[in-house]
Amino acid sequence: MTRNASFAGKAGAALVAPVGWLARLFDPPLRALQRITGYGGMAVFFLAPNMLVFGIFVLFPLVLNIVYSTTGGTALFLGDRSFVGLAQYERLFDCSSYLDPKSCAEDLFWTAVWNTATFVVVQVVFMVVVALVTALVLNRELRARSFWRAVFFFPVLLSPVVVGLIWRWILQREGLLNLGLYEAGLTPVNWLVERGWAFTAAVGVSIWAHVGFYALILLAGLQAIPKDLYEAAEMDGTRPWRVFWRITLPLLAPNLLVVLVLVLIRAVQIFDEVYVLTGGGPGTATLYLTQYIYEIGFASFLRNPGLASAASILMAAVLVVFTLLQLGLARSNEARGKK
Amino acid sequence: MRMTSVVLGLAAGLLSSTAFAGDVRIMWYTDGVEGEVIKDLLARFSQDNPGINVILDDVGYKVVQEQLPVELEAGRGPDIARVTNLKTLADHWLDLTPHIADPTYWETNFGEQFDWMRPDGSKAITGFMTQLTLTGGFANKTLFEQAGVPLPGADATWDQWVEAAGKVQDSQQINAALVIDRSGHRISAPNVSYGANYIGADGAPAPVDEGVKTFAKKLVDWTAAGRMNKETWVSAAGTTYRPGIDDFINAQVAYYYSGSWQVAALSTKIGKNFDWVATGSPCGTSGCSGLPGGAALVGIKYTKNPAEVGKVMDYLASEAVVKEFTERTLFLPAHKAVAAGAIDFKTDDPNVKAALDVFVKAAGQLVPSANALPAWEWATPVYGVLVTRISQVMAGEMSIDDAFVRMDEDITALVAAAK
Amino acid sequence: MSRAAEFILRRRGGVGWHWTDVFTWFWLVSGFILMFGPALWLVNSSFKTPAALAEFPPTILPYVTAEAMVEGYEEPLQLFETTLPDGSVKVLAEVRRVGVVAQMVDPADPGEIVRVNIRDRKPLREVNFAVENYVQPFVNFDFFRYLTNSVFVTVMATIITLITNSMAAFALSKYNFRGRSAVMVLIVATLMVPLSVILVPLYSVISAMGLFNSLWGVILPTVATPTGVFMLRQYMLTIPDELIDAARMDKASEWQIYWRIILPLTAPALAVLAIFSVVWRWNDFLWPLIVLSRRDLYTLQVALNTYAGETNVQWHFLLAMTVVTMIPVVLVFVFLQRFITTGIAGSGLK
Repeated sequence: MTRNASFAGKAGAALVAPVGWLARLFDPPLRALQRITGYGGMAVFFLAPNMLVFGIFVLFPLVLNIVYSTTGGTALFLGDRSFVGLAQYERLFDCSSYLDPKSCAEDLFWTAVWNTATFVVVQVVFMVVVALVTALVLNRELRARSFWRAVFFFPVLLSPVVVGLIWRWILQREGLLNLGLYEAGLTPVNWLVERGWAFTAAVGVSIWAHVGFYALILLAGLQAIPKDLYEAAEMDGTRPWRVFWRITLPLLAPNLLVVLVLVLIRAVQIFDEVYVLTGGGPGTATLYLTQYIYEIGFASFLRNPGLASAASILMAAVLVVFTLLQLGLARSNEARGKK
Repeated sequence: MRMTSVVLGLAAGLLSSTAFAGDVRIMWYTDGVEGEVIKDLLARFSQDNPGINVILDDVGYKVVQEQLPVELEAGRGPDIARVTNLKTLADHWLDLTPHIADPTYWETNFGEQFDWMRPDGSKAITGFMTQLTLTGGFANKTLFEQAGVPLPGADATWDQWVEAAGKVQDSQQINAALVIDRSGHRISAPNVSYGANYIGADGAPAPVDEGVKTFAKKLVDWTAAGRMNKETWVSAAGTTYRPGIDDFINAQVAYYYSGSWQVAALSTKIGKNFDWVATGSPCGTSGCSGLPGGAALVGIKYTKNPAEVGKVMDYLASEAVVKEFTERTLFLPAHKAVAAGAIDFKTDDPNVKAALDVFVKAAGQLVPSANALPAWEWATPVYGVLVTRISQVMAGEMSIDDAFVRMDEDITALVAAAK
Repeated sequence: MSRAAEFILRRRGGVGWHWTDVFTWFWLVSGFILMFGPALWLVNSSFKTPAALAEFPPTILPYVTAEAMVEGYEEPLQLFETTLPDGSVKVLAEVRRVGVVAQMVDPADPGEIVRVNIRDRKPLREVNFAVENYVQPFVNFDFFRYLTNSVFVTVMATIITLITNSMAAFALSKYNFRGRSAVMVLIVATLMVPLSVILVPLYSVISAMGLFNSLWGVILPTVATPTGVFMLRQYMLTIPDELIDAARMDKASEWQIYWRIILPLTAPALAVLAIFSVVWRWNDFLWPLIVLSRRDLYTLQVALNTYAGETNVQWHFLLAMTVVTMIPVVLVFVFLQRFITTGIAGSGLK
């Protein structure tokens, strides 16, 4: 860690140094400003640029979104849109049975909701298990551990578009996977055209792309578990399974929870890599919420920005719940750490 | 909101890229070789008109279909665009009448299609058709020959074509017998041939009728039986356009239903790999109709340089330029005088001339309900609904009868939302 | 071999193979294949010619079929070892192939066309790396343009992010002012709000500001990252206030305190944020896809998606472009891997 810190220090200094002369230019006018505001008032100055951008491009649109969701028509600017009250929400929730998208007025929305829900559940389970196993394996006394860690981490930095294309190339009709089947004497499968396989591919590819990230967080948690606990267990001749259930899992639980919620939050928003991989197909088998919002808001002949806003507010509500959950977890972890 | 826009606009005015006087930006898309041709033609224009800076933006068809409408809705866009969704977006087109040199010339040569690209009742001149198109089929003659299956005749039905192509598929071990572009426009031709009429009494969309149902059922059955290439329709969601041309070029299907605009692409990409023929449209119970249409070059209402736009449009619509464009792109011209004169298509591919002749002949087979569609404002949305629902049936997500109910609901919702 | 095995696998507690050792070995090796395999296959495929790509089953090495000029044909023809009906084997040139039947000629005697089932022939092959897949996109397409756009977006967004976020974090960590906790709540509350939740209104804001079809319209909405502010603030809280008080005694202005004391001390956190900002902005897809409709403004990710969605996907170019798009990220990874991984483990940042 110290080596990293010193390296980081140098890198940081190198980043900051060239702007030194520029910063000096700013000093006289800012000194004048400080004379007016007092040194405490400068806080506003430091805060202003970020909050201005934040306000215009995040907060204002967030509020605006609520207004949009109460308007109808295909016009873009609010001035040209007509107020429809809660009609968009009514349309979204107009179902005789929420379990059956076909019974809903806006069936694509509910298809996307259920697809996303299934995706989230399946992906979260597999992601957490695979990340945990990977972290446990990496936590053993391996030679060249950083190499192995790199192996699992490497896809995390790839862009979703690249991830989607890599796998499209492998899963396509005449791709590498079908070559394997062909060589093994099996019938090739049209992976991205069969419903079940396309879903499996979406889950698998998203795990492939992100598992290294979560494994890393869990690995950090594992390494924080005091070694003497394990040594004591070994002296008592405890079997590895028991060690895992009695020591590792309970002590890792806070990290596991954090990972679980992070995976949840990201799974709800799944879009890019699946969009490039399957385009939401076959049919609507991999149509997820973000793609629904994008298509209904921007891409389709059947454009309806108000409906897209309403749907995105519902999605935001779900995300806020998860975020609060995560913050609560972080706080209780912190409290435990202090004790 | 207006106030905020103004304030925000002022705040960011410095950052945005502004259009300079004299800039004319053309949003274009390319099916075959027309991108190269227009580049040449515009280069010549720029030489003669140094004051006008023409920028050609050759984007994917998807951008024209999906992004342009949103831009137009926001009151912006290019200055000129080549589009196929002519009627639905007609409110955004610029009336060129005051900006062009000789409106009578335009009226005489392009007048027949003006109603396709202006709101009902308007007398505006908004642009001109760069080409007329007609949907139709293409058969891989070499594959048929190898399989020893005779090509069905001119009055063969859809079923006969699929049966014949199916025999070819089985004997030549290719991927599928036929493919139709994933497009509501394309399947509307056979729909009409089976008696469909989309337009209701008051000009609003009618409920889906027997014609639509008959062909949709066939399409789904062919897909289920492995005759129709499933991938093209099923591997995308929503209204996404997806052409089937790849599989035809790679000799993976024996029959391809698309349209006349593909001739140049087929000729350049297939080359001498195999012989192909245009077949016109197979027959249904009510006729053997294709669907007319085409791409138009239109001025955009939000341009800051309408005079320059007029000049560019005058140049591109002039007889000599249209003639050269037609001859090099292998398109069917919309220009009256050019169409009446001798056209010397610039190709040494014998397949091309035969194919274009077939399309010209097939134009005589259009039924009235097909002819009415290009000028109907609801056509594009209805196409979108058809594609979305039928591909869901193909993917096994919905029964065909549910899909028909859905189509009606979707269309009702669309009409309601637009009011 | 045993050396290598021993190197990869230090067994649990010394003697013998425990099942956990076997499992570890299995997990690492299959992980290696699964994680690197697809990317390697992509790189490998990107050196193949269109003909080699269209082949099924595909080969491992990028082979091309040998060609020869044959009298009476303008283009060179591909050569195949053909088994003729009488059982003899001869090298013939292919004139055309449709379905399962190929029409072949003997290069020595080009007059007569022989029809051969493709099962009865094998191409004459040679290894050839199709470097033109990489050259062509730069020469004939606007690939360089997309690359420049991506670099511009990434660099500008990262610089602005670092400046604005660090200034805000400074204010939030070292000053007491009214509304400070309200600002913090706002920032924390939006930590997890993705762009996809505000697509429609943000689009109208961008349009109203005239930032549509402008790279700034891509950059600005992304720079005020709550994550960055939050992380930098946590880091700055650890800097002792005495340093600042001492500087004030020396008549340093607040601005000087910010850039001469706080910034250098925050360097490690800034570096982490810089790396992540680069990776985030380089990889952004949905928002640029919506804001940019002019081809000359496309970023790499949007361009790749466009080429992948085009009629007649030109996989040989697409694969090569994908590899080029991967390169900067892989470089960041190779040189800063250790640093990134500790950064994530420390902050849970992504």
